[in-house]
Amino acid sequence: MHQDQAQPAVELTGITKQFGAVQALRGVQLVLYPGEVTALVGENGAGKSTLVKMLAGIHQPDQGTIRINGEQVVLDGPLAARARGIAVIHQHPTLFPDLDVAENIYMGRQPRDRFGRIDWRAMYADVTRLLATLGEEINVRAPVRALAVADQQLVEIAKALSLDARVLIMDEPTASLSAREVDRLFAIVRRLRDQGVAILFVSHRLDEVYALCDKITVFRDGAYVLTAPTSELSTEETIRAMVGRRLESLFPKEDAEIGDVLLRVRGLTRAGVFRDVGFDLRRGEILGMFGLVGAGRTEIARVLFGVDRADSGTIELDGRPVQLSSPASALRHGIGYVPEDRHAQGLVLEHAIAANITLPILPRLARWGLLNRGREQAVAGDYATQLQVRASGLDQIAAALSGGNQQKVVLSKWLATNPKVLILDEPTRGIDIGTKAEVHRIISHLATEGMGILLISSELPEVLAMADRVIVLHEGTVTGEFSRDAANQETVMFAATGQDEMLVTTNGRL
Amino acid sequence: MAVSNEAIPAPRSRARVRADQVVSTLSRVRELGLVFALLLIVVIVGFQQPRFVSPNNIRQILEAVSILGVLAVGQTLVVLTRNVDLSVASIVGLVAYVAGDLFKQNPGISVGLVIGLVLLMGLGLGAINGLLVTYGQVPAIVATLGTLYVYRGIDYLIASGQQITVSDVPDAYRAIAGAELFAIPLPIVITAVIVLIATYVLRYTRFGRQLYAVGSNPEAARIVGLQRDQVVFAAFALSGLLAAVGGILWGAKFGAVDARAAYGYELQVVAAVVVGGVNIFGGVGTVIGAVLGAIVLGSIQNALTILRLNPFWLQAISGGVILLAVLIDALITRRLQRMLMARRQR
Repeated sequence: MHQDQAQPAVELTGITKQFGAVQALRGVQLVLYPGEVTALVGENGAGKSTLVKMLAGIHQPDQGTIRINGEQVVLDGPLAARARGIAVIHQHPTLFPDLDVAENIYMGRQPRDRFGRIDWRAMYADVTRLLATLGEEINVRAPVRALAVADQQLVEIAKALSLDARVLIMDEPTASLSAREVDRLFAIVRRLRDQGVAILFVSHRLDEVYALCDKITVFRDGAYVLTAPTSELSTEETIRAMVGRRLESLFPKEDAEIGDVLLRVRGLTRAGVFRDVGFDLRRGEILGMFGLVGAGRTEIARVLFGVDRADSGTIELDGRPVQLSSPASALRHGIGYVPEDRHAQGLVLEHAIAANITLPILPRLARWGLLNRGREQAVAGDYATQLQVRASGLDQIAAALSGGNQQKVVLSKWLATNPKVLILDEPTRGIDIGTKAEVHRIISHLATEGMGILLISSELPEVLAMADRVIVLHEGTVTGEFSRDAANQETVMFAATGQDEMLVTTNGRL
Repeated sequence: MAVSNEAIPAPRSRARVRADQVVSTLSRVRELGLVFALLLIVVIVGFQQPRFVSPNNIRQILEAVSILGVLAVGQTLVVLTRNVDLSVASIVGLVAYVAGDLFKQNPGISVGLVIGLVLLMGLGLGAINGLLVTYGQVPAIVATLGTLYVYRGIDYLIASGQQITVSDVPDAYRAIAGAELFAIPLPIVITAVIVLIATYVLRYTRFGRQLYAVGSNPEAARIVGLQRDQVVFAAFALSGLLAAVGGILWGAKFGAVDARAAYGYELQVVAAVVVGGVNIFGGVGTVIGAVLGAIVLGSIQNALTILRLNPFWLQAISGGVILLAVLIDALITRRLQRMLMARRQR
């Protein structure tokens, strides 16, 4: 623990950062002391990653100051951050997969003998010693590609040590580790802390935060909320600080008549991604699926749309088991999927609106293999009007539309296939508030027409406002299922952060 | 930073360390596979036609392969960085013609001077490729496809239908291809020396290792502060320089050169590199492997002649060998990946 008079190793004040229209950070602050582990927690989109990239020298703040050991600095590149003794361990290790462990640690500064040749023997000996001080035995000659993620992270840590880092930033380091590997990592982190390294631990696993960290800093929506010693902040208080209180009136929800079970999923498992996932989706129902990064939401959606295959489990549609072996077969069974990344997966950006909308139903619009342009325009026009796509015409190319209108085109496209089940993955991400409300209105309206909607979102208020029922995922398993009445920010967030004692069902209350 | 040596939970098991070793050996198996393929060719063809393994024929194969080998070394440097240089054959042609033309226009000019000039020219042509790819941000396959035609076009312009004949060039120049050192033809010696130097550079210099790093993960290279553009530029410049060496050997060997010299040869160079186990996506491969690839392709060519097979088979078989090599490479990679996945699930 630091003494009160100790100088902070890192001190950020008034940091602001904007990406296009998105305000990622609004005047946030963060202080790290030598010999302390500070947790940075917050929901998805709270601005944690942006802050990490700033300390790594990848982004520069629009406003605000960064002080290292009391001295104001500009971190204008990865090298500048490194020179200041800051080492960043990114969520996905940035290593050279084809090169061996030792070289990854020493790339660009390999030890050389007096003839200027790289001294491999010395390098291997050094790295072996370095890893031994971490209590680890990794083959230093193995290419990094051959290592498990946990070991790749150790390589990153060893690199930080070899650079004599005084500040260690770890961005979701445990995301892909097993429990044992996490213990091992924590032991190493504690030892570094005892040696006076200032450590920032970015995570959304609260149990880990409480097990490891001395202090907690909470961000919400790009803004600083609070910093407190771990011992003085209960889990409930942390979660409340993370989710805050936000208006729900933005999301109009029409009442829909909820009918029979449309989609029944049981024991769905894909090794290493999610396991034993089960739920029912009824006609006219909006089923919210919530989870933090890495919970497996998109992965489940991909299986339901036939992109990936499940290892085990059953999927029933209208009471009949179905095999979804490809997106085409999912389409035939009446499942539509609006993917998370509309640029990469949802739209052909260079094509006109009409061509985008009719893409999945092209065979229906063609005769003898030739497209009937008139019918294409008619169908596309129908949906574009219904969803109020704002554009100069159906011939406008998709790339020229705003995010919200692009999303409406993607929605039109899937509505044109007449789906029974519509999977929406982050349907309002990156959309301005006005259009967001419109998209919500459309979703709600579709449900009243008897469609079953699986709404995947990392925006808790959206899920709570739109969904008739919410299932919550944590690291690939369902950790909670709530009726509309029982679901609130705290119950859902507890389940999403994997708080065991909070394994609650429909009628569960906090 | 010194770290004290307290007890740490869960040390790694010996078994896992051994598994890491297996995987790392597997990734080195590419060169071994080539040696095996070569032995297979030697045994099969040598059994059918003993003349194939006579010292004279082996010498002939190596001589024929020496130019390809030099170019394969240069190509390897480029491919390691996740780029490709398609202009090498055009540089060979241009250098061969310009060298001959210099002798023709300036009788009595020093052979050393001409060699120096055309080496510089090769370096410059390679540097242009490097600038296009780094400064101009043009993808290498497009940039060097462009210079392939531009360099060849310049060759045609300079030659304007003329030809360099054997009598145009001095004997000292021809001797580069004809002379021997300790009974070994000079081109083979030159190629061997280049292979040794390149192997040393790739293994024992920071620059050499950075070629691998940049190709293996450009983003990681940036994060650890490597000068990516400089590394890629240097690789292209060196490829140009080595292509000029190839051009000199070409001119010395054939004596008679027109503007079509080495036309289309770049594909054989890329083939040798790929067969030699240099990963086309960068980061993996050795110069020895690339040269072995060249020798394998050269041996097949020679074997088909010796076995008096229809020369039309040549292209198809060369193509088959390329596919086979790449397929085996892909299988090994997938096998590796599966082993890793299995271990992660544990």
